[in-house]
Amino acid sequence: MRSRTPAPMIAALGAAEREPALQDALNEPARTPWRLRTRLLGLAGLVALLAYPFVLNAPFPQHVMIMIFLYALMAQSWNILAGYCGQISLGHAVFFGIGAYSSGFLFATFRVSPWLGMMVGIAIAMAAAVAIGLPTLRLRGHYFAIATLVIAESVQIVFQRWEFVGAASGIWLPIVRENPLLNFQFNESKIPYYFIALGFLSLVCLAVWYLERSKAGYYFRAIREDPEAASSLGVDVSRYKVLAFMISAGFMSIAGTFYAQYVLVVDPETVFPLTLSILVLLIAVMGGVGTLWGPIIGAAVLVPLSEFTRIYLGGTGGSVDLIIYGALIVLICVFRPVGLLGIWKDWRLGTAVGGAKNRGNA
Amino acid sequence: MLKVSDIEVSYGDYQVVWGVSLQVDAGEVVSLLGPNGSGKSTIFNTISGLLKPKAGRVEFEGARIDRQPSHQIVRRGLAHILERRRVFPYLTVRQNLWLGGYHPEARAHRVETLKQVYELFPRLRERESQLAYSLSGGEQQMLALGRGLMSRPKLLMVDEPFLGLSPAVVQEMKDAFKRINAEGVSILFIEQNVQVALSMSHRGYILESGRLVLEGESEALLTSAEVKRVFLGG
Repeated sequence: MRSRTPAPMIAALGAAEREPALQDALNEPARTPWRLRTRLLGLAGLVALLAYPFVLNAPFPQHVMIMIFLYALMAQSWNILAGYCGQISLGHAVFFGIGAYSSGFLFATFRVSPWLGMMVGIAIAMAAAVAIGLPTLRLRGHYFAIATLVIAESVQIVFQRWEFVGAASGIWLPIVRENPLLNFQFNESKIPYYFIALGFLSLVCLAVWYLERSKAGYYFRAIREDPEAASSLGVDVSRYKVLAFMISAGFMSIAGTFYAQYVLVVDPETVFPLTLSILVLLIAVMGGVGTLWGPIIGAAVLVPLSEFTRIYLGGTGGSVDLIIYGALIVLICVFRPVGLLGIWKDWRLGTAVGGAKNRGNA
Repeated sequence: MLKVSDIEVSYGDYQVVWGVSLQVDAGEVVSLLGPNGSGKSTIFNTISGLLKPKAGRVEFEGARIDRQPSHQIVRRGLAHILERRRVFPYLTVRQNLWLGGYHPEARAHRVETLKQVYELFPRLRERESQLAYSLSGGEQQMLALGRGLMSRPKLLMVDEPFLGLSPAVVQEMKDAFKRINAEGVSILFIEQNVQVALSMSHRGYILESGRLVLEGESEALLTSAEVKRVFLGG
């Protein structure tokens, strides 16, 4: 048990009569100071991430990391809605496509900076989330999942036929050499893309980190665990579901804009596919839903897997990665539904408990 | 304080509550009794806004609340502790409690309220960083009650507070009820055990197949032959 002696600082503030447990209560979840080892590991990880593209200065290793960041960003967006708020979306590709098309179309047609296009994409994605969410989030159980699936398929079909945005052939973004930062186009090297993707991923993770400690985050989890009980405690359930959907959609559309700028082609087959919606879900489930690190771990495991199978098996092995994903997911669901992060935590906890037991016996 | 007039409630075409009226005054402890399936929980859900009545009205402190969503009713000072505890299993004890006190009226006082809840149930304080699913049934009931209290209610509605609890814990819960009531909070609760319910309430209502069959002072009801008929048949 923790010591109950008030810290001298608190006493100096004239609040000595307040008990420490309630002091903690003010800080919402109990703050555990990071241990030195954790800090050092974090620092080492940060340095490694920053040094990586310069040390392995070749397109392929950089590309793999960029894809990890991109997929982790998408899985984390999905995680906000599904992992924290418990609403399973099977159509998250819609928001990816909205992001890609918004910035891509505005750039190709009017040369609007993709950064501005990204903002427009976020706004449209959020508006779409409200439009889709208001009627469908009232549905209980699996109906929301089915509704999102159907909507995503319909949107893809619309874009395949919509001449104004290039129909099935999509939009080819013009290559511009001047002002790479403003035009979000880096034709010389992948390093800027690496850091931008890392930045976006950090942003969504920061949002989730904050969410875990905020009122909205608590409300999301309450809704996930028991919507009726949440409502009986004063949670406006439909409003917070829609809010989770909006935040999730906004981040997903950022990923879409990034992708459009990275490959410079946007077409319905690549930005609205069902496989993307499923992949994002698989990554989050694999790593551990409803956790900050789960989607990152999932992406770090699955993305290299798919990149490497593509290389070693070539065109004929186009879907082998999906078969492996499927098998892994089945294994995880059958044996440990908590995901990789959960397995690791259980293992840590197991050794800790074992250690304590040993000490107790000694 | 709470006035329910002639409510009728249906699930689809199937009507389960027929013209029920009841009332709770400030400072009172009132029990709602009845066999399984007599509509007790449905009445509670209607009062707290989880269900909408087909007819009739619900008033709380003079304002009509039967058309309001439940999250707004809580803010008026009416807390509903659902049947079977319904704690959030994968949140810690403190996170569960915290969730009860987020709405604006309660938020300003929540540290103070948390302290009161911990005084009422010291066990919760000992277990504050455990996940709720790892608590015993009795502790979960304490948590559910504490979570409801975090909203600083004027009226506490508890659905079957003693369900599946050991005699020792039942006694603990009864004491907690007394202390909560002594603070000026009115209590309306559902219970199937006539002796238990009437021994700790001022008044009681008895429900049978969705209709009120009897109401009155608890002492009078305890000796009533009609009560025996409803619960024992014959």
